[in-house]
Amino acid sequence: MKVAPGLHTHADVSGVDAVRLFKVLSAEEADHGRYAPESILIWDGASQGYAGSIGERADERSVGISVSNIRHPEVIQCGDIIRLRQGGSLVSVLYRRGSPANSLFVTEQCNSLCLMCSQPPRDADDRWRLGELHALIDLIDLDEAQLGVTGGEPTLLREDLATLLGHARRRLPDTHLHVLTNGRLFADEGLADTLTIAAGDQTTWAVPLYGDNASTHDEIVASANAFDETLGGLYQLARRQARVEIRIVLHAMSIPRLQQLASYIYRRMPFVEHVTFMGLEPMGFAKTNRDRLWMDPADYQEPLAEAVHHLASRGMNVSIYNLPLCVLDPQIRPYARASISDWKNRDIPECRSCSVRDICAGFFASAGPAWRSRAVAPINDIRQPELIGGMINGLAR
Amino acid sequence: MRRFTDLDRLHDQVLITNDLGEFVIAHASVKRLLQDGLLSPRHARFADLEARGLLHAEGPQGGLAAIAKRTRKAFLREGPSLHIFVVTLRCDHSCQYCQVSRAALNASGKDMSRDHARAAIDRVMESDAPALTVEFQGGEPSLRFDLVREIVEEIELRRSHTQRPIRFTMATTLHLLNVEDLEFCRDHDIHLSTSLDGPEHIHSQQRALPTRDSWKRTIEGLERARSVLGQNGVAALPTITRAALACPEAIVDTYVEHGFSSIFLRPLAPYGFARKTRAALGYSVSEFMPFYERALRHILTLNVKGVRIEETMAAIMLRHIFTPFHSGYMDLRSPAGAGLGTLVYNYDGSVYPSDEARMAAETGDGRFKLGGVNDTLDALLSSDAMKWLAQGAIAEILPDCSECAFVPYCGADPVHHAIVHGDPAAARLGTDFCDRHMSLFQLLFAKIAEREPDSMKTFLSWALSADRTDVKPGWIEQ
Repeated sequence: MKVAPGLHTHADVSGVDAVRLFKVLSAEEADHGRYAPESILIWDGASQGYAGSIGERADERSVGISVSNIRHPEVIQCGDIIRLRQGGSLVSVLYRRGSPANSLFVTEQCNSLCLMCSQPPRDADDRWRLGELHALIDLIDLDEAQLGVTGGEPTLLREDLATLLGHARRRLPDTHLHVLTNGRLFADEGLADTLTIAAGDQTTWAVPLYGDNASTHDEIVASANAFDETLGGLYQLARRQARVEIRIVLHAMSIPRLQQLASYIYRRMPFVEHVTFMGLEPMGFAKTNRDRLWMDPADYQEPLAEAVHHLASRGMNVSIYNLPLCVLDPQIRPYARASISDWKNRDIPECRSCSVRDICAGFFASAGPAWRSRAVAPINDIRQPELIGGMINGLAR
Repeated sequence: MRRFTDLDRLHDQVLITNDLGEFVIAHASVKRLLQDGLLSPRHARFADLEARGLLHAEGPQGGLAAIAKRTRKAFLREGPSLHIFVVTLRCDHSCQYCQVSRAALNASGKDMSRDHARAAIDRVMESDAPALTVEFQGGEPSLRFDLVREIVEEIELRRSHTQRPIRFTMATTLHLLNVEDLEFCRDHDIHLSTSLDGPEHIHSQQRALPTRDSWKRTIEGLERARSVLGQNGVAALPTITRAALACPEAIVDTYVEHGFSSIFLRPLAPYGFARKTRAALGYSVSEFMPFYERALRHILTLNVKGVRIEETMAAIMLRHIFTPFHSGYMDLRSPAGAGLGTLVYNYDGSVYPSDEARMAAETGDGRFKLGGVNDTLDALLSSDAMKWLAQGAIAEILPDCSECAFVPYCGADPVHHAIVHGDPAAARLGTDFCDRHMSLFQLLFAKIAEREPDSMKTFLSWALSADRTDVKPGWIEQ
């Protein structure tokens, strides 16, 4: 699980004997019995029969766990899953009810070293995460629509990832799993079988592709042979009729052949069910490599619009993520999705008077002025209602 | 495999393609550099050529390329999907260009028997294709609409077990179909296709009726059919004779005026009628092309003005050029549509691999008969006639075609070459079939290289079968 501002607070915590996960529920919902009582904290109520209680009116008579005097109570809501530690005051939210961006962060290790990686990999053995993720899966809302799986490169966990996906599949049969992977290890047919069978039909494999030729892609992911391996992996996914999304991050190195890349996807990958174009996330390596990567989105609207129209006119499902509506060519605004997760979305002064801020992707919290497009400006001109309508329809998809 | 063809209409430009239909239009110098293995990675077209699998002579390799190839040749896994029933050879018309494909109205022995029809239905049901088209032809099939009804009802009854989609079409003059017949067509989703040869003077002249009023009857028939089937229930195509060559715009305008959204400007086949008639009606490819160019220019102008009219030949070729999918058009298929995609059940119970093949049989050329309707599909497809035709059924390995950059978009048509040149595997260069398609591809690729936005938008809408107003072409390959 990605840990970031807005998902942590401190509180007075007592009764915790280890690092453990808990589901925060109202007494009424806890009584439905969908989650193990020993992992439930009752919000503002009596904890009889459960692990403990949490909130301003935490049950002080409780012999179990008590979490009270929460410094930022808005961080925790009913339905959330939190992590507590023995002897600590930190409360971390690992799953937020109602958020479209919940994900399982399975490893920090990666076999690529993308120049714009927002989550730079670390080579340390972090298999300890698996135990916590299995516990997390058991506490996730049973009606959760979508759950991400991310890293690092999740497939480096090989069979352990299959076990985790299989667990999620059984516990959450109706939840769509969305796995971010560079696809390189799928070239191993045995692993491809194991993973796709464990994940089932309700899983999308979201694979990044940054160029229509090896030198462009391999330079961006800073790994030799990555292009050929990813294509080999995509082929194995296609053979297994797995659902595949292609992700393209927009920056100075991917823009020069963006239209050709769109055409390549259309010609060679008729099986792809979604192509996403994503604004650069100014975190991690992207900051280090800003000189090589930064390009004002205002300067790449023409190639982006040509690539989007190339695919969309040919019947492919296209989305634009992580870019505010105001910087987009109005023609392609209908493809924009409000994608930036809530903890990354920060309004800036220009947004306050904007009429479409509620349906806009907004900005990354870490984006300083150096990462802001000169095209940012409030949209108040609703003389094109069909466009706004398109955007809303697009978001509803 | 990689192939080069010079683009005649453009100065020093060459088309480079591979088996997937991926292409690059480049300066002629690029061809030499590629052939000599001297193209520098810093060359402006290097990345384009690499991405389209054109750097090396063997073309794109790997699993994804294999998927793209399977997608393009998906028809191969289906077996015969177009089943043509010639329910009668009799016709009330005596069109100038149709001498062998008709018999007199009162001729005997020219109708399909019930037993033969039933056996042919067995063959239809035997084929594996996930979707079938059953076409009724003649002669004038509506002279035996009773038999058409029986066949449709029987097929629907037997289809109910499989849920496989079956589309019915009928090629008809429309003159003899009454409202009750048309209601049957509507209720059973039979699409009608008629002949409209252009303005009245050409149509009535070419499509002779004793009463000399075939134009008037066709227009009446069209209105009657549309009143039951709706505006899009009837398609039409013209037969282009020498007389038509002078007035391409008028022919196109006739289609627009009568509410058609497509016109198929296919030249007259150089066979099926006597030599003397051929001299009067026929023409060479070099005589046809100026006609076609004028018609296409006119159609493109109309589209910019908001008139929705598609030229079907160009649409088929553009689909092959701009998409990874095949159009389904049997004449531009490799392996060929003959037999492998189409079966014709003739009125006398014999089975042929295409309409042209059964016409050849009417002129005494019996080489194309695959067998009879009582033979199994396996027997028909492994007949000596089919084996013979198969020698010329794969364009990519035929002499001349194997080196032609247009081959991924083209077809083999062994029946045509067997009829005209005696051999299904006849060398293609210089044949009527090759000249015609080469000229059309040269024209279309010259247009693509020109990148005129209005024409590209129209071309894309045709290739993608989309409404022009909905198409934003985006980036176009070069």
